[in-house]
Amino acid sequence: NSELFTLTYGALVTQLCKDYENDEDVNKQLDKMGYNIGVRLIEDFLARSNVGRCHDFRETADVIAKIAFKMYLGITPSVTNWSPGGDEFSLILESNPLVDFVELPDNHSTLIYSNLLCGVLRGALEMVQMAVDVKFVQDTLKGDSVTEIRMKFIRRIEDNLPAGEE
Amino acid sequence: GFRVGQGLIERFTKDTSRFKDELDIMKFICKDFWTTVFKKQIDNLRTNHQGIYVLQDNKFRLLTQMSAGKQYLEHAPKYLAFTCGLIRGGLSNLGIKSIVTAEVSTMPACKFQVMIQKM
Repeated sequence: NSELFTLTYGALVTQLCKDYENDEDVNKQLDKMGYNIGVRLIEDFLARSNVGRCHDFRETADVIAKIAFKMYLGITPSVTNWSPGGDEFSLILESNPLVDFVELPDNHSTLIYSNLLCGVLRGALEMVQMAVDVKFVQDTLKGDSVTEIRMKFIRRIEDNLPAGEE
Repeated sequence: GFRVGQGLIERFTKDTSRFKDELDIMKFICKDFWTTVFKKQIDNLRTNHQGIYVLQDNKFRLLTQMSAGKQYLEHAPKYLAFTCGLIRGGLSNLGIKSIVTAEVSTMPACKFQVMIQKM
């Protein structure tokens, strides 16, 4: 039920704002919570979607936009703005179910309301050996026409074999 | 949970007709409300007809992934607090003041006890 989800997320952010008093700390908490969700969500995603290993970052981007977002949020963002090196792209969301009915008050202009999503993406990708940087660069809550999430590939995470098992 | 419950009940009852009485409201919570939120109905509703209601869910969705028995029993209340607020908030916006508590003896079954407060 999407309304339960939207209202619960709103209650969560509101409570964090009361607990932390400044937007920067709330943003950090949202990222951390998202990360904790992401490292577990990836298992659920892989089990339910049956996608195989992605061969490059472009494939990863498509899987995230067309399968993952669809599965968990019911929307399909578009993948655009690839960097020349192919290590950075944008997800453009025409709508964001987390922000239905939401308005940001003036005294919270630096709050990144949907920051949980950045943490989720970061945590999930870390579990499949990718270190990425994720951030919002446009937000409809702040008056932009679309919501844009920028994802940058940092490096591959190598598994370290325990000593003696080379 | 309280705030979310208030919001949800507003959305769900926008087009429903007026409730006949308190019992009617509790039945709504057990059937329509529970189904929309948890995809199933409350399994058993009991009342003493004097303002106390016990709602029993034998397979509470927030507990099914946790345990099927007594393991982690002491952690269950944390996961039930939100739902207690949900019920209390929903009832509040329907004009009923209440105290809601939850009890688990064997997961994933749990009982929500609603005590109506006379205003």
